[in-house]
Amino acid sequence: MVLGTYKEALSARSTDKQIQKIAQDGGIVSALLSFALDEKIIDGAVVAGPGKDMWKPEPQVALTSDELLAAAGTKYTFSPNVWMLKKAVRQYGLEKVGTVAIPCQTMGIRKMQSYPFGVRFVADKIALLLGIYCMENFPFASLQTFISEKMGVSPELVEKMDIGKGKFWIYTADDELSIPLKETHGYEQSGCKVCLDYVAELADLSTGSVGSPDGWSTVLTRTDAGESVFKLAVDAGLIETKPMADVKPGLGLLEKLAKDKKTKNQKTIDERIAMGLPVPYKASTEKEDPLANF
Amino acid sequence: MLARIKRFLGMEAKPKEDEKVPVEKKVPTEEKKVASEEEVEKVAEEKPKPRIGYIHLSGCTGDVMSLSENYDILAPLLTEMVDIVYGQTLVDRWDIPEMDIALIEGSVCLQDEHSLHELKEVREKAGLVVAFGSCAATGCFTRYSRGGQQAQPAHESFVPVADVVKVDLAIPGCPPSPEIIAKTVVAVINGDMDYLQPMMDLVGYTEACGCDLQLKVVNQALCIACGTCAMSCPTRAVSMTAGRPEVNSDRCVKCGVCYIQCPRSWWPMERIKKDTGL
Ligand SMILES: Cc1cc2nc3c(=O)[nH]c(=O)nc-3n(C[C@H](O)[C@H](O)[C@H](O)COP(=O)(O)OP(=O)(O)OC[C@H]3O[C@@H](n4cnc5c(N)ncnc54)[C@H](O)[C@@H]3O)c2cc1C
Ligand code: SF4
Ligand code: SF4
Ligand code: SF4
Repeated sequence: MVLGTYKEALSARSTDKQIQKIAQDGGIVSALLSFALDEKIIDGAVVAGPGKDMWKPEPQVALTSDELLAAAGTKYTFSPNVWMLKKAVRQYGLEKVGTVAIPCQTMGIRKMQSYPFGVRFVADKIALLLGIYCMENFPFASLQTFISEKMGVSPELVEKMDIGKGKFWIYTADDELSIPLKETHGYEQSGCKVCLDYVAELADLSTGSVGSPDGWSTVLTRTDAGESVFKLAVDAGLIETKPMADVKPGLGLLEKLAKDKKTKNQKTIDERIAMGLPVPYKASTEKEDPLANF
Repeated sequence: MLARIKRFLGMEAKPKEDEKVPVEKKVPTEEKKVASEEEVEKVAEEKPKPRIGYIHLSGCTGDVMSLSENYDILAPLLTEMVDIVYGQTLVDRWDIPEMDIALIEGSVCLQDEHSLHELKEVREKAGLVVAFGSCAATGCFTRYSRGGQQAQPAHESFVPVADVVKVDLAIPGCPPSPEIIAKTVVAVINGDMDYLQPMMDLVGYTEACGCDLQLKVVNQALCIACGTCAMSCPTRAVSMTAGRPEVNSDRCVKCGVCYIQCPRSWWPMERIKKDTGL
């Protein structure tokens, strides 16, 4: 099961024209968080908000739809969102916190919920955990290398960046540039090389671009909380869906990429264990399913 | 009653275990841990209502205050599920009785004969000795003690409890959250070894410091910029710079929570699966 436990897989997008314009893919994250805010399912959300430098996000507690939408779009660098959860509860006094998290961040949150050693009264206030798929992440200086050095563009001019079809893309007002993903190798965050989760297996609901056509997202509903908020948003007409079977390239590609990531990274884990380096995961020989996330 | 407490703790969605999951071994001394497992099982099996003692060494009472913050479940927990048989601030009793679980708060002052004596006596009379809170588990801020103060200028050396006696479980935290205290007590009553395993492993983590994030995570190519460490630090000693934890050592009290809470220090996937149903 390389996609984790899920209830339903769907292709989906926000029906809101404004969200469609600014979102990375189908705008599922922005649409669901705004909807949950309106419906008081959450009273605020931690997102990767705009920072001082263009494309260098800062974790932010968003209390309005405007703030949520200002955080739309993928930034391929670090946004330590988990850091802000305590602040959301303490300084902002939120009782029901929503958040968006890449797989490793969902791991930090779920571990804290199961074993809250030092984190007093935060665990029970996480009301909605939306996960986004993640193959790898990059230090900000790596991004600068791709954009400024390799493509010769100032980051301020970039309106969107994306990884797809074997390339790293940037879009400016009047241009579309790319470098082959091969050229990004060696610039990834090294902690990603032992990561065994592609599709945020522990989120309430996970979403990403792979599997669905441009402008659409692939959604996996996982927990009751995730399923219910998604269904309510669909019923309210804020999200439209298509069966995965009707879209191309479909779930097969998602499964393939998830499997590739896990296989490659389990190999790295095995190598590190053989070298005697610490890794919090098991060697493949110790596991019934070598692709499981532990 | 147990059901209500479990519901409160979000522990009820626990599917039956049909396969035994091999538990990760972290602490080098194997025999020590096996003995602890037996002790926990014994407490769970033999005594449906365990006798609990609270021992206050060089601590600030914050850990027992945190226990009492389980408002919703405290009264039934104390009256129906456990017997509190000993403890300054809790029970009017001077001699140390036999008990199943001893919650020890605070580190031990090596110059204070009375503390050493009390600790050793508790070890003899208790089935399970729990290092309760970071002072007991890691020394926490008493690691900075160096004597020279009135009225006992010679009282300078404070060490975690496990330096002096064998400890079975550690619940670090400055203070440990009310939830982890309640979850641990419930797990002990249930003999839920699976849940308690990390607490047994943490007995060996006595030399804690914020710098562990750098040494054991960043230096080992494991950090992924999640920010869990910065969130969990009780003194806001950790901030994130370029996606990596930056520890202000002047603020760090060596409680160990940042590293313990980091998803790249140890990873309890089986438990998370049970808790989330995923
Ligand atoms: C580092 C990274 C790698 C990714 N790799 C893949 C991949 O391999 N395959 C795939 O299908 N999808 C991947 N994604 C997910 C994808 O790019 C979109 O984020 C996802 O499809 C959501 O799109 P959306 O239109 O629903 O979200 P939007 O409505 O555009 O909202 C995006 C949300 O993501 C948050 N966000 C943006 N950047 C970050 C960040 N760095 N860390 C945490 N949160 C952030 C924003 O705060 C915002 O709330 C990756 C995302 C990131 C951040
Ligand atoms: S690949 Fe894994 S470790 Fe790296 S950023 Fe993505 S989720 Fe985190
Ligand atoms: S940095 Fe903070 S959490 Fe970590 S040991 Fe120091 S005080 Fe504790
Ligand atoms: S919790 Fe661990 S992995 Fe996450 S940022 Fe801190 S040190 Fe890095």
